[in-house]
Amino acid sequence: MNDMRPMERKVDTKEIKFDCRNVQVYYGDTQAIKNVDVKLEDRTVTAFIGPSGCGKSTFLRCLNRMNDTIDICRVEGNLLLDGEDIYDRRVDPVQLRAKVGMVFQKPNPFPKSIYDNIAYGPRIHGLARNKADLDDIVEKSLRRGAIWDEVKDRLDSPGTGLSGGQQQRLCIARAVATEPEVLLMDEPCSALDPIATAQVEELIDELRENFSVVIVTHSMQQAARVSQKTAFFHLGSLVEFGETGAIFTNPKDPRTESYITGRIG
Amino acid sequence: MTDASLHGAAPRKGRSIHQIDARTRRRNATEARFKACGIAAIAIGLFFLVVLAVAIIRNGTPAFTRTVVEVNFTLTQAQFDEAESQLFKTKAYSGFFNSALADQLTQQGIEVAFDEASIERLMGKVGNAIREHYTAHPGDLDAPVTFNLPTSSRVDGYFNGRVKRETLQDSRFLEATDLDLADQLKAAGIIKSEFNWPFITGADSGVDNPGGAGIGASVVGSFFMMLVVLGLSLPIGVAASIYLEEFAPQNWITDLIEVNISNLAAVPSIVFGILGLAVFIQFMHLPQSAPLVGGLVLTLMTLPTIIISTRASLKSVPPSIRDAALGVGASKMQAVFHHVLPLAMPGILTGTIIGLAQALGETAPLLLIGMVGFVARGYPDGFLDGFVEPNSAMPAQIYTWAARADQAFYDKAWGGIIILLIFLLTMNIIAIILRRRFERRW
Amino acid sequence: MPIFWILLIVLAIAAIGYVAGRARALASAGGDIRALHSLPSYYGWNAAIKAMVPAFLLIIVWLIVQPIYVSSVVSGMLSDGAIPNSSSRGLVMAEVRRVAEGLDNAVAAGVIGEDAARSARADVIDITQRLKDAGQIVTSQITQPVLRAAQHFRIMHSTGNMMMTVAALALAVLGALWAIRENRAEFRARNIVETSVRILLISAASIAILTTIGIVLSLVFNTLEFFRLYPASDFFFGLTWSPSFSGRGGSSQLGVLPLLWGTFYISVVALAVAVPIGLFSAIYLSEYASPRVRAIAKPMLEVLAGIPTIVYGLFALLTVGPLLLSVFGADGLGWMKAGTAVMTAGLVMGVMLIPFVSSLSDDIINAVPQSMRDGSYGLGATKSETIRQVVLPAALPGIVGAILLAASRAIGETMIVVLGAGAAARLSLNPFEAMTTVTAKIVSQLTGDADFASPEALVAFALGMTLFVLTLGLNILALYIVRKYREQYE
Repeated sequence: MNDMRPMERKVDTKEIKFDCRNVQVYYGDTQAIKNVDVKLEDRTVTAFIGPSGCGKSTFLRCLNRMNDTIDICRVEGNLLLDGEDIYDRRVDPVQLRAKVGMVFQKPNPFPKSIYDNIAYGPRIHGLARNKADLDDIVEKSLRRGAIWDEVKDRLDSPGTGLSGGQQQRLCIARAVATEPEVLLMDEPCSALDPIATAQVEELIDELRENFSVVIVTHSMQQAARVSQKTAFFHLGSLVEFGETGAIFTNPKDPRTESYITGRIG
Repeated sequence: MTDASLHGAAPRKGRSIHQIDARTRRRNATEARFKACGIAAIAIGLFFLVVLAVAIIRNGTPAFTRTVVEVNFTLTQAQFDEAESQLFKTKAYSGFFNSALADQLTQQGIEVAFDEASIERLMGKVGNAIREHYTAHPGDLDAPVTFNLPTSSRVDGYFNGRVKRETLQDSRFLEATDLDLADQLKAAGIIKSEFNWPFITGADSGVDNPGGAGIGASVVGSFFMMLVVLGLSLPIGVAASIYLEEFAPQNWITDLIEVNISNLAAVPSIVFGILGLAVFIQFMHLPQSAPLVGGLVLTLMTLPTIIISTRASLKSVPPSIRDAALGVGASKMQAVFHHVLPLAMPGILTGTIIGLAQALGETAPLLLIGMVGFVARGYPDGFLDGFVEPNSAMPAQIYTWAARADQAFYDKAWGGIIILLIFLLTMNIIAIILRRRFERRW
Repeated sequence: MPIFWILLIVLAIAAIGYVAGRARALASAGGDIRALHSLPSYYGWNAAIKAMVPAFLLIIVWLIVQPIYVSSVVSGMLSDGAIPNSSSRGLVMAEVRRVAEGLDNAVAAGVIGEDAARSARADVIDITQRLKDAGQIVTSQITQPVLRAAQHFRIMHSTGNMMMTVAALALAVLGALWAIRENRAEFRARNIVETSVRILLISAASIAILTTIGIVLSLVFNTLEFFRLYPASDFFFGLTWSPSFSGRGGSSQLGVLPLLWGTFYISVVALAVAVPIGLFSAIYLSEYASPRVRAIAKPMLEVLAGIPTIVYGLFALLTVGPLLLSVFGADGLGWMKAGTAVMTAGLVMGVMLIPFVSSLSDDIINAVPQSMRDGSYGLGATKSETIRQVVLPAALPGIVGAILLAASRAIGETMIVVLGAGAAARLSLNPFEAMTTVTAKIVSQLTGDADFASPEALVAFALGMTLFVLTLGLNILALYIVRKYREQYE
């Protein structure tokens, strides 16, 4: 199931989670994303790579409509989550984001206790019937975030007091606590040191078992380490998408090759 | 660490995002309520602004019109001499006036019965005004003169809608029959409304003469105060800001100055009045009620504001400009005075004008140093006298009128507010234009 | 205006010094400005500064010291017998000053010759009569010692002024000459000038400290004087405020508690209006409003802050008061007796504080990092959930600081309460009753006809002290909280 054998042809062994067709994103008059078509699989880590400003983060933020918070941003095309268009009029972004969680570049724990950080999502979505339930969810989430052992004795201390790597794992645990189906990660390790990065990468690999994970990264090594599928963006277009192994060993597009060999970017 | 027993914190599948669940609906309702609270808060704030504006305009406009009796009048030299020889001189002039009025009415073919007492109730003692005119302008004797004599404040109020016929109680000031007379005179075009120039140009009048009260003298008082404030607070404020922003070393003295400035910005204005009273008047024996002292107090009060805004505009000049000047061998002082200060000047001027506008509207400290309204009895004799002669200022004048607890003076107070706000508005518009015109983005 | 002329002459000497100093420096360099250490104008300024600064400093010191010295000498001349029992040395000295001033004016008006004004044999009755004729205000018959003291006062005064003129002008000339002598090509004139400018800048900045010192001293001295005449414990713990109008009568009761209660009550009403409206406005403007709405609504609200308080005072007295009276007064619910009341002043003050609270809170809410909001939205929180559970808790310290600043404003506000709250000091819970505040009483005690030496007037300084300490405490606390808050997110 999680074999790394390069495949010549895409085989639909896994359910398609996100089906994106002909996606265009505009910031005011400038087009940030042009004609992106991509299918993201369930229980797979997909990496978005590309030079700065190529639109990979913008595209990621379309997947849970975080772009809605930017007034001048406009999205066209179809983005289907389990066959349902997420930009449909009927969709409430609040409900969508409960299904598609997000982890950000800089760890951003709330200025609350570790417990309340994790409990925040379950509370607003009403996932716990009582206190015991909530305790259970918090513990499971922290375990899932691979941080339980480090914080179990100080759940009441503020989340901002943790180290950078711990904070980021706390944020991942916080995202997991709302029981999403897809986890979006926007350069989750760029603010972390190598050891913390390794811990988070290990965590991402474990999360693959249950979640569909989409990760934006600047580091090609990281993409190669954690992802099964890789999408290469350049100047707002999706240049190449395929098995990670194939992209890194045998890129089809010359731009991809230039990027991974370090000539552009 | 990841094991199958973790049921929570795992995907909950099968939720359609096209169906809004009950909880989300509830949450969205809360959201809408919360947002409505915000809109309501803004609306309440703006509502108060509108109410305030309406109240000012509605109550203030009557002060700008006055009701006058227009009578054509020819006084011969003989009549003048005769009146001057009498014991009750003004009474004689009143007599002339009454007969002239009667003549004018007969000429126009209007039958109105009036007696001296009712004319006196309508217009006060007219004789005095007429006598003053002819003693000042003897050349007008034997020639027709058109007099516009103000009516009493109650008659003025009657035509402004302040005094109602239904609620009028006969008194020695005004009787219901007088209103009939006033109506008839109005119909005949003898009583008319005109723009109240004396209100703009005049000085404060006594408690018993609201009709004659004007704001002109206190406008002049405010003007001289603002000259003092501008002349002191701009250079001192700029100098202090330059020091703090460009030269001050990081030490406890600088910290002390900074703490002092931010605290002084929040000290109640009346405390500055106490300071002015104790230091400038009690200790330094500067003249009481003088615009100079008012200006000094307001300078101390506005300095923190001006320093804060000046520092902000100095800060907005990028360090690269300083580096460039230092790089060609300018001294630090030259870099600041030749390059940074001119670039920051529009911002500094904007801040200063806003500070001045604040000072212009300040009342409480002025009351303590004696610049109350009734001091403003006339214009200063000369330019330098303007600083030291007792005078009032616009807001203090308005306060004095408001404190007289007389509806006619309330009108004056509202009218004074319109004048004050016109000045403030002008200053703020100038500040906005300056900002728009010279604003520089780095 | 002799001082004015001295100043002009000193300025003229400085101008001459500027020209001469500049010329001398150029001459010493043989007319080649490249041989000079500094630009020629700096040499000129060197001379001008050395002419002006010492002379001006001398004048300032002289003007402060001379009156004190003259007063003490003249006061020493007055024997104890010259002071009536009902009076005090200070009052007699005031009389002396008035007579001296009267003599000055009379001489200036030509009613009395300078000789007569100075003559030790001048007839007291005659002088008094002449002063009265000249329109100079002389309270009563001048006594012999007072007239002698006044004459002496005048003579010392004019001698002093003469000496000051001579000394100041001499100093100016000497300074200019000294600087001109210094001005040679290698002289570092720019450094001198820049140091002087720097000192000037420092003194400008120190005015903030001087102002605070001035405030504290003027409050402390007069407050101590008040406590000498009126027991401090009665002031701080007295439950009654009823100053007698007779002046120095002992019947005044000057307890501050009713005033503090009125201040507190009105401030609470004001904050109850301003905080919810201001806070919700800030939340809406910073989190919900489109840039266009924000660009219109924010300045509109801030107009409320730019309106002078006298306008609000009149609005309270003549619009809000009667309006409330028509609802709660005898015709309505019957709770209110007159238009001036705690409610009237509090409501209007609340309106005044709305923009204050909203713009401070707006700044503080905007300082909460966007990443915090993103984190919450990313978990599927609605905007209001994000605001209430993430943004506001994060901004809480700053908002508390803003509210404290608003409270300090409310406590120190004067015109609204003078016009809108009424004049009666009372301890009551009914918000529709007239009450009065510390600030209102400062105004009424100091604008009346009361003698400045009476406890009824001096109590204003004790009230001012109370007010100053209260607001200073609030301000320092608030500024500290806000600064700590800002550091957290910087």
